[in-house]
Formats: sequence, C-alpha cells, structure tokens
Amino acid sequence: MKIAEALQIVSLTHPGMVRTHNEDSVGVEAACGLAVLADGMGGYNAGEVASGIAVSVTASEIAQRLQQANPTDMDTDSREELGVTLLRNNIRKANTSIYQASQSQPQYAGMGTTIVAGLFYDNRVAVAHVGDSRMYRLRGEVLTTVTRDHSLLQEQIDSGLISLEDARFSKNKNLVTRAVGIDENVLPDVHVYDVQIGDIYLLCSDGLNDMVEDADIESALFAMQGNLPLAAEQLIQMANDNGGRDNVSVMLVKILGDYAVPRSFSSRIMNWFKK
Amino acid sequence: MAAKVILSMDGVQIKEFPLSKERMTIGRKSSNEIVIDNLAVSGEHAAIITILNDSFLEDLNSTNGLVVNGVATKKHFLQNNDLIEIGKHSLKYVNDQVSKTSAAEFEKTMVMRGPVKLQAAPVEIAEPAAGFTQTQILANKTPVSAQPAADKTDKIDVPVTTSQIAVVQILSGPNAGKELELVKNLTTLGKPGVQVAVLAKRPHGYFITHVEGTSFPAVNGKDLSEQPHQLNDHDLIDLAGVKMEFYFKS
Repeated sequence: MKIAEALQIVSLTHPGMVRTHNEDSVGVEAACGLAVLADGMGGYNAGEVASGIAVSVTASEIAQRLQQANPTDMDTDSREELGVTLLRNNIRKANTSIYQASQSQPQYAGMGTTIVAGLFYDNRVAVAHVGDSRMYRLRGEVLTTVTRDHSLLQEQIDSGLISLEDARFSKNKNLVTRAVGIDENVLPDVHVYDVQIGDIYLLCSDGLNDMVEDADIESALFAMQGNLPLAAEQLIQMANDNGGRDNVSVMLVKILGDYAVPRSFSSRIMNWFKK
Repeated sequence: MAAKVILSMDGVQIKEFPLSKERMTIGRKSSNEIVIDNLAVSGEHAAIITILNDSFLEDLNSTNGLVVNGVATKKHFLQNNDLIEIGKHSLKYVNDQVSKTSAAEFEKTMVMRGPVKLQAAPVEIAEPAAGFTQTQILANKTPVSAQPAADKTDKIDVPVTTSQIAVVQILSGPNAGKELELVKNLTTLGKPGVQVAVLAKRPHGYFITHVEGTSFPAVNGKDLSEQPHQLNDHDLIDLAGVKMEFYFKS
C-alpha cells in the first residue's frame, strides 16, 4: 500500500483561551508520510517565526529529498537509514536557520522552538524530537508516551527525585533543557519503532498534555478512533475547557494498512552489499 | 519570592526561614540552617531540597521521624501550606508565588542550557538578554534565589464540575433499566469500530456527539447532525434502536 493511502493524518491547532497569538506550527507531507509539529518561544512574533522555520525547513527538505530516494536506503556518511538521517540533519538545518536569524535580527534574538516529527515508512515510524513537544501512541486501549521530554521535570523524574504522580504538581514544568535555534548546534533524539495496523500516533504541543491528563487523552482517542477529525477537536476542546492556558496543537496519524517496502530478492542482495 | 518555612511551637510563630539554598538541613545542632533546640529533634533531622520553584523534604534517619499534614513520611514533595511536625514544633511550608503571577505570564516555556546536574551546585538564571522577554537561558550552575520571570501553573485543574451528576437510563433492549452515571469526562455509548456516540461532560453541560457508524443518534425524535448536541434534563436518546433517557440526579 502506498504510504499516503496507508495513513490518515489530521492536524489541528488553536491559540487557546488566554494567548492572543499562536506560536505553534504544524506541517504534513502526506506523500512521504511525514508529520511535523513545533512550539515556538520568543518575544513579539519571534516564537511563530521560529516554529514556522522549523516546520517548513524540516518538512520541505525531507519531502524534496524523498522524491528521488527511499527512506530505507542506507546513508553512506552516517551509515544509518536515510529516513533517520534526514530527520536528524534537517532539524539541525532548521536549527542553523533559526540561530542565524536570531543572531542577525535583534527582534528575533533568543527565539527558539521545540519540535517533534514522525516519518512513517516500511511499517515503522522514525520519531525525532527536541524539547517538550511529545509523541504518544494509542495501541488497543493503551496510551503510551513515545518521546521523553527534554525538560528539567523529566530529568527530575528520571533521577527519582519526583514521582510521576507528583510531577503534575511541579512548578518547574516550563523549563526545557534542549531547544531548536538557541545554540549553534542541537542534538535531536531519533528513534525507530515498529507500527501495527490500527495504531494512532498523537503529536502534540505541551498546551495539550499540561492541561489534559494522559488518562483523559487515552479515553478520548479510544472512544473516537473511528473519527479522527472529531478526536482532534475533542482533544483541543478538553484543553480549552480546562483553562486553555497555552496554544494547543494536535496531529493524529492512524495506521490504516500495511506499508512495508516491497523487497525483491535482488534488492535484498543489493542492500546487503551496500552495508 | 522564594519559598519559606515558618517555625512555630504550640501555635506560636517563632521564626521564618527563606529557602535560599538548594539544601537546607533541619536539626538540633547549630550546624543546621534551621535549628530547633529540642530533645525530640535529632542532631540532623531532615533536609529540604529546593530546585527552582519546587521543594522536597527528606528524613535524615531521624529518631522520631517526620509527620507532614498528619501523615508519617520519609520523603515528601512539599506543596503550599504543608505542615511539617517535629515533636512539639511545626514548620509550615509557604510557596504562594503562583498566585502572585498574572495569568498572562503563565507557562512561557524557557530554555535551560546544558545538562542539569541535580545534585551539583544549584542553578542560576541568567538575566534575559536585551530584546527577548519570554525565553530565558539558564547557565550551567547555581541557585534558587533568582526566580524565572514567568511560571507555569502548578496543576491541571479538574474541569469545573457541572453541578449535578447526570445519568443515562436505558429504557429498551436487553439492558433495559440499567443506569449509567456520567462521572467521567467522556462516556462511550456503542462499540468502537461499529457504532459509537460519546457523552462529553463539559463545564457548561453535557453533550452528545456522533463519532462513527451508519446511524446517527436521535434526541427527542430528531436525528443529530455531525455537531455536538447539548442535552437537557429528561431528553430521550435513540441510539441504533436502543432508547435511553438522560436526566440529572436530584
């Protein structure tokens, strides 16, 4: 099955109930199975600029490259799959663009953004992220977090200082330890996971998971899995009903069918030699 | 303003201690930051560790232990107005800075630079560079005294409960007579993949929405559209032939 037919992708973004403007950006490249979400920060409109650059650079560069190449190809430089390399390198490229803009234009000084991107290929998903924008997966009735936030709070959870139950009462929720565009270099986390038909992947900005508990996200996704646009609306509505103190963006990707890369015997031999 | 603890004995306030260091110990010996001169207190009784806006209380293997809000504990994540009892003395933890921050300042995400070493020297927040207001960069080390300009709200609010509990009673079919209390934010009717409608509890009432399936639910004999429909007391719902009544429990 072609990737565009194997996935259903829905995205929705909302400024929330308090903020006047929306610093989140979302982008979809259905033809190559790519979803990107970024949550910008910085004064005036710099947050929008940063998240906008991050999404457009990442999405358009990856889509363009994948017109001629396959994400399963082996990249000769990094000795990784091209899909993984493209995610990592283009987030770095976005980092450079944002950093240079913030250095050259005073009104953009200090701007930055979080990012989470999912590239779906060969019955798998490669997930890259920087900061506290998240990917979740609903499989069956169970919601799990796919990404691990780059935040002070997550480090405190990892070190055992604070329990997961206590974490939602923390006053340090808003401190990210990595962001795109604030330094010359950035280190994105990239991981690859197998998908199953029926899985729903949720990409979201912290405006969702700070306002809505995971258990409520889980029950909404499970109940509304047959109607993805409604599920996205429901998630945003829940964030706003609970106060909507931040911009809230959600992207939902549902696996409708098999999208394994067809492998002939000869191509397998070729791949084996390329390694 | 940094958090503080207020020491009292028998209800009389003795002293305030601002939590200005990352680690402050409580004990009988004079080497402690918070000294309580009483035999019920161990030499080094407990420590309060403060990281930016959060403080944690830890028992240092004291003889008589710690009681927080009436519960014996070894380790506790302190919340505003928590009462720590040690013998006849009590320490009240006060951290009300959230209420002093205006809503507009909430939850602007900030960046910390470099890995945070939790046990290392505390963290200092650099002054914001000119020209940007929301992003703040944290340097690698040092303390708690500086407060970030903005602060995210501390808890997820429980959605404002619609004052009365609503119930759906099934009127026809094999489950006739059954009552379903709508306590969750979202109650699913039907079977995912086949025929689903949801009842959503929202701050201003209860709504029914068609999710999937060929037949749309009807309320009081009228078929619903794709849009959510607000339910009123004693509305009759028909979902794929099963009749139900929605009402508020008095």
